[in-house]
Amino acid sequence: LQESESENKLDGETASDSESKSEFGGSAPVPTSDDTPEVLNRALSNLSSRWKNWWVRGILTLAMITFFFIIIYLGPMVLMMIVMCVQIKCFHEIITIGYNVYHSYDLPWFRTLSWYFLLCVNYFFYGETVTDYFFTLVQREEPLRILSKYHRFISFALYLTGFCMFVLSLVKKHYRLQFYMFGWTHVTLLIVVTQSHLIIHNLFEGMIWFIVPISCVICNDIMAYMFGFFFGRTPLIKLSPKKTWEGFIGGFFATVLFGLLLSYVMSGYRCFTCPVEFNNDTNSFTVDCEPSELFQLQEYNIPAVLQSVLGWKTVRMYPFQIHSIALSTFASLIGPFGGFFASGFKRAFKIKDFANTIPGHGGIMDRFDCQYLMATFVNVYIASFIRGPNPSKLIQQFLTLRPDQQLHIFNTLKAHLVDKGMLGGLEDA
Amino acid sequence: QEVDLDERFGELDLRNDSDVPDVPPSTDSTPEILKRALSGLSARWKNWWIRGILTLAMILMFFLIIYLGSFMLMLLVLSIQVKCFHEIITIGYRVYHSYDLPWFRSLSWYFLLCVNYFFYGETVADYFATFVQRREQLQFLIRYHRFISFALYLAGFCMFVLSLVKKHYRLQFYMFAWTHVTLLITVTQSHLVIQNLFEGMIWFLVPISSVICNDITAYIFGFFFGRTPLIKLSPKKTWEGFIGGFFSTVIFGFIFSYFLAQHQYFVCPVEYNSETNRFVTECDPSELFQMKKYSVPPLLQALLGWESVNMYPFQMHSIALATFASLIGPFGGFFASGFKRAFKIKDFANTIPGHGGIMDRFDCQYLMATFVHVYITSFIRGPNPSKLLKQLLILQPEQQLDVYKTLKSHLLEKGILQPSLRG
Repeated sequence: LQESESENKLDGETASDSESKSEFGGSAPVPTSDDTPEVLNRALSNLSSRWKNWWVRGILTLAMITFFFIIIYLGPMVLMMIVMCVQIKCFHEIITIGYNVYHSYDLPWFRTLSWYFLLCVNYFFYGETVTDYFFTLVQREEPLRILSKYHRFISFALYLTGFCMFVLSLVKKHYRLQFYMFGWTHVTLLIVVTQSHLIIHNLFEGMIWFIVPISCVICNDIMAYMFGFFFGRTPLIKLSPKKTWEGFIGGFFATVLFGLLLSYVMSGYRCFTCPVEFNNDTNSFTVDCEPSELFQLQEYNIPAVLQSVLGWKTVRMYPFQIHSIALSTFASLIGPFGGFFASGFKRAFKIKDFANTIPGHGGIMDRFDCQYLMATFVNVYIASFIRGPNPSKLIQQFLTLRPDQQLHIFNTLKAHLVDKGMLGGLEDA
Repeated sequence: QEVDLDERFGELDLRNDSDVPDVPPSTDSTPEILKRALSGLSARWKNWWIRGILTLAMILMFFLIIYLGSFMLMLLVLSIQVKCFHEIITIGYRVYHSYDLPWFRSLSWYFLLCVNYFFYGETVADYFATFVQRREQLQFLIRYHRFISFALYLAGFCMFVLSLVKKHYRLQFYMFAWTHVTLLITVTQSHLVIQNLFEGMIWFLVPISSVICNDITAYIFGFFFGRTPLIKLSPKKTWEGFIGGFFSTVIFGFIFSYFLAQHQYFVCPVEYNSETNRFVTECDPSELFQMKKYSVPPLLQALLGWESVNMYPFQMHSIALATFASLIGPFGGFFASGFKRAFKIKDFANTIPGHGGIMDRFDCQYLMATFVHVYITSFIRGPNPSKLLKQLLILQPEQQLDVYKTLKSHLLEKGILQPSLRG
């Protein structure tokens, strides 16, 4: 330890580095510096430390929720940019932890390489998404068309360049460290970038698919905390000693109810339920369409059990509300595992928070740790249960095939339809 | 007092490479019979002979499997993938001494299973579309494939979180990350290899042979002419070997493609015939595999004395493949060398006497597989018809009918479909 300390003094690291280093010697994590703005500090100077903390957290929570509403109001383009910024900040936070753990500030190639890989992977994913949604725009502009046609090749070439740079940058006596950072970067990319792109895919399905899942996770966080605060007794898991079964179950029911109500309110508005489309003429995003079946009120029979409780025979609901129950259930039961994973990670690397970006809350990752599993779940849910393939898109793809392939597909489809009885057997070819 | 392994890791991670203890080499696994046959020779020649014999044995096995067909090749690729995964995970266990946490072995293998299930469902199932159509249960699995794969993965993820043990967190996270990166490397690549295989065996054979040829010719050129070291990571590699290997591989690829391009067995996409329940490779060879006349550029005309030459267009592509195999492929080898130095191991494992583990033989192949796949999708093949078919069959019946009518009118218009004369 002596040797490594003197080694690090030469790096000129910041105060927070030496704080985190001392954690290795001791057993309790050292709290990082206080980031609360002066204004808040002065306003709350009279209260005791515990209440002050509670107030800071409360105010910041409200600030974040208000911010959320504002950007929803500003529309899909701004939302996309916010998702992108959150992604970059999360990546930065996790990579910084890696640097702190391995004291690798003195190998400057890594920071460049890590950011380069982030750029490559984002380029790849955005290229795939952009090609799909901006199809006509891309076809019109020559340079975009070529970039889109050879997109995979270009992305791979960019990635390979980074890979070769990594190999060429390997320095004797530091191989292990360099491989650790390489692995760390890739796992971080896997978590952060793929999830943020799934969120954007969900967003394009309709803003409701973005807002309801995120709100359910936030609601579950807050409700579980409150139920735990008032009724909490039985600990839930050793990893997070503050979580309790009462909070978990109370949060579950509260979130399902919240999801039902929120979906009911949102399903009435086209700007939330319609898929986001890019209008070629106005060069902007539009949300305008005929609401699909999911968002049209339907009459449901109440099961006999609930009839006596509620006193109604039927209820008018949106089909989407049934889906919202699935989403809220996932957010309450499985989402917390994302939080436990992050807690385990923080304990493994002896850090209290991912970073100090949000006063009273920690880093951006601290707020988004439960969201990650949720984003993938929603995406998989939509792909499996909601959205089928798009017939017009399929026809478009069909037209680019060779004639013999077209004929083969046509005949298989025909055989299938005849099998199902949709086509008469004597229908001419 | 319980030992806090995590604290020990904190110190281990910060230490210089040279401070980290070596992993003791595993025992020599050369078969007895070889040892006796070569007992007369000196150690250096013995090693050379063992390597040579095993090289020949591997090449023979390669030819045998090719003869046996696509299905055997798929199984071979799958076995290699599992063995590579096992080798890399075992290294992780040795580095972190995590044998005493039995959950990891189960979890690692479980994740391997999940990811394989996902990939096989996405890619290979496309090719069996007609087979799947007839069986209801398989249709259900295909329709909700992503959801099922995700649920399986989630179960593993939750098991991991529940298995976290105090004082072993860092170790467990390391193994989790190690497993995932290994999966990323081995499983994705092996699936790309299989997809290349389905395009046509030539897309499988030429790249792999080019990498092997480059390995061997670079070694030979280095042996006879090697003087200038190439890279500090691998002191045995030389510039002479590198450049000599490059030119030999390009020529080899060129000639090898010429021979393979003549046989339908190698050139046709692999298809599954549901009637005979076998894989068939029968088709009209595409343009790539039909002889064309190329005018020789004036520079080479003087050299070769020909004005034009009959070549397969595929041979031009083989130059690109061979170039990649010689210039960029070795970086995969350097990466593996760096990895072995980082973790103080001599070989990945001891599976093949004289050569090391399976990973030692396949380290250069990984980048190649991805390159070939990207090359094919960018420059050769248009959209995948089987995937399109699969999506068509998922549509609602009314949508299918609409699509059918649109397609029919399009095909009639283009004259691809002849109108029937029946009333």
